[in-house]
Amino acid sequence: MAAPTSTLPPAPVVAPPPPPVKRRQRFRVIPWVFAGPAAVLFVVFFAYPLGASLFQSFTAERDGASVWVGFDQYRRMASDPAFLESLFNVGLILVIQVPLMVGLALLLAGLLNQSWLRFRGTWRAIYFLPAVTTLVAYAVVFQVLLKTDGGLVNQFLSLFGAGPVDWLNDPTWARISLIASLTWRWAGYNAVILLAGLQAIGKEQYEAAALDGAGTFATYRRIIVPQLRPVILFCAVTSTIGTLQLFDENYVLTRGGPDNATLSPVVYLYKTGFEQLDFGYAAAIAWVVVALIAVLSLAQFFLFGREKRR
Amino acid sequence: MSTAQADVRNEPAVRKNPARRLAGLAVGLVLVLGAVISLVPFVWMAIASTHSTRDLFTSPPPFLPGGQLLDNLSRLEETIGFSRVMLNSIGIALVHTALSALISAMCGYGLAKFRFRGRGLLLGVILATMMIPFQVLLVPLFQMMASLGWVNSYQAVILPFLASSFGILLMRQGFLDFPDELLESARIDGSSELRTFYTVVLPCVRPQLGALVIFTFMSAWNSFIWPLLMLNSEDTYTVPVALNTLTGLSRVDHSGLMLGSLLATLPLMLLFLCFQRQFVSGLLGGAVKQ
Repeated sequence: MAAPTSTLPPAPVVAPPPPPVKRRQRFRVIPWVFAGPAAVLFVVFFAYPLGASLFQSFTAERDGASVWVGFDQYRRMASDPAFLESLFNVGLILVIQVPLMVGLALLLAGLLNQSWLRFRGTWRAIYFLPAVTTLVAYAVVFQVLLKTDGGLVNQFLSLFGAGPVDWLNDPTWARISLIASLTWRWAGYNAVILLAGLQAIGKEQYEAAALDGAGTFATYRRIIVPQLRPVILFCAVTSTIGTLQLFDENYVLTRGGPDNATLSPVVYLYKTGFEQLDFGYAAAIAWVVVALIAVLSLAQFFLFGREKRR
Repeated sequence: MSTAQADVRNEPAVRKNPARRLAGLAVGLVLVLGAVISLVPFVWMAIASTHSTRDLFTSPPPFLPGGQLLDNLSRLEETIGFSRVMLNSIGIALVHTALSALISAMCGYGLAKFRFRGRGLLLGVILATMMIPFQVLLVPLFQMMASLGWVNSYQAVILPFLASSFGILLMRQGFLDFPDELLESARIDGSSELRTFYTVVLPCVRPQLGALVIFTFMSAWNSFIWPLLMLNSEDTYTVPVALNTLTGLSRVDHSGLMLGSLLATLPLMLLFLCFQRQFVSGLLGGAVKQ
């Protein structure tokens, strides 16, 4: 049986603990010549703003001065319909888009992994291409594709007598459009990651399963997917984090509208912070996003990270 | 089993068995359909950028390139100074990439090959930056740049995200395998530490460095929310910020936008086609051991 650590996703390269130090190490200059620039940047542009933001989330602007308000900003969120709607929206994407996309990616990876497939490199490149599109550019292109009157998608639908659909101005369709465009960009990306995982699994396993009379589908379900679990988990966790940090796509596509139907917490943070200049509230929203990311990532580790008893 | 045994000439089973053949056909169909969906937006983007906005939404839509490319280009230049915008993007991305790769490589080397006070703390900070989304930093960073008077400056866009924990850990991993004996012999030969680093060590981690450079360039090129906050005049805009401004105009110039998107995407696409392997390994970020 594999050690429990090997079932965790392999993502961040965790440092081995430094060897125990017996006596106090003398300060050495040379290592800091190498590590110093990064360390200074981290202190100035990470540690300081991090602390400042935490402090700020407990303050509010009153008459031009910021005053300590305790947890007021956090309480405010609980009864702020726009914020709750933004949570609902990313929740919807997490429940619908992420599983849909990872499933689709798994299917594509399985197809691309067929041993008799020719031009695998070309197929892989085609499926990966959306992931190298400039984020804003692809949102712009989808805006044009999904235009209500005369957009390519509606013209295609009209061939079958359907539509026109008001893709970006109707709340429900706007959500669907966002989900579709997210899936378009990220499914191939995840498929390529999963394909790399599939190719790391030895050929013998497929052959052994085939000898035992298992069909292709059964082989995947029973033999391959369980082994791929860490990679699938990696895809799920990165997609979850990406969803909770959603900004570029929905900001460009719909500005979070219509009626906040595609508002995400980060777009809301941006609007409160930099359009209404409500810095304290924006900071508090940011920390709630951090907490959500931490909780959901950990939950995924515990729910899916462990191998099931067979 | 029986079909495999009957297969005397050992041809792939796909050819023989009609059921397998059908399955193969289905696989092919699904792959082609997926590829078409992947590619249509690109093809449309390229075609649309050669037509006038009015022609884009006619029925049927144009399927072949038109003759309006230069018109669209000059309009894009007039409305937002697109050549300047492209130069800004290229300059910022190149400077960011060069500095960031250098800083990451140096830090990764320091962490991999030296034991020193503060090393554990530094590693802890690096892991923390990976876990905390950068949106938390937006407000204080904005205020910092405002009080420095750096709003609308290139350094304000570049500096805050130069130190990349992903890059440092990637490089550190590469340096760990580097033999200490080589370093020792370089030291005995009297080479200075920095010189050893640049002439002996760095050339040995070219694959990691390549992946890092490509990945960093791509994220610098795509970077949107921070430049959007920092840059507020046309002569400093980067491509994503300029595109965003164009979508917000009262009369949206769709074919200009499509051309702008095409120009925004082309550099990355060319990079990708030339350096596929580095792209994939950079984006995988160590998710899969290859």
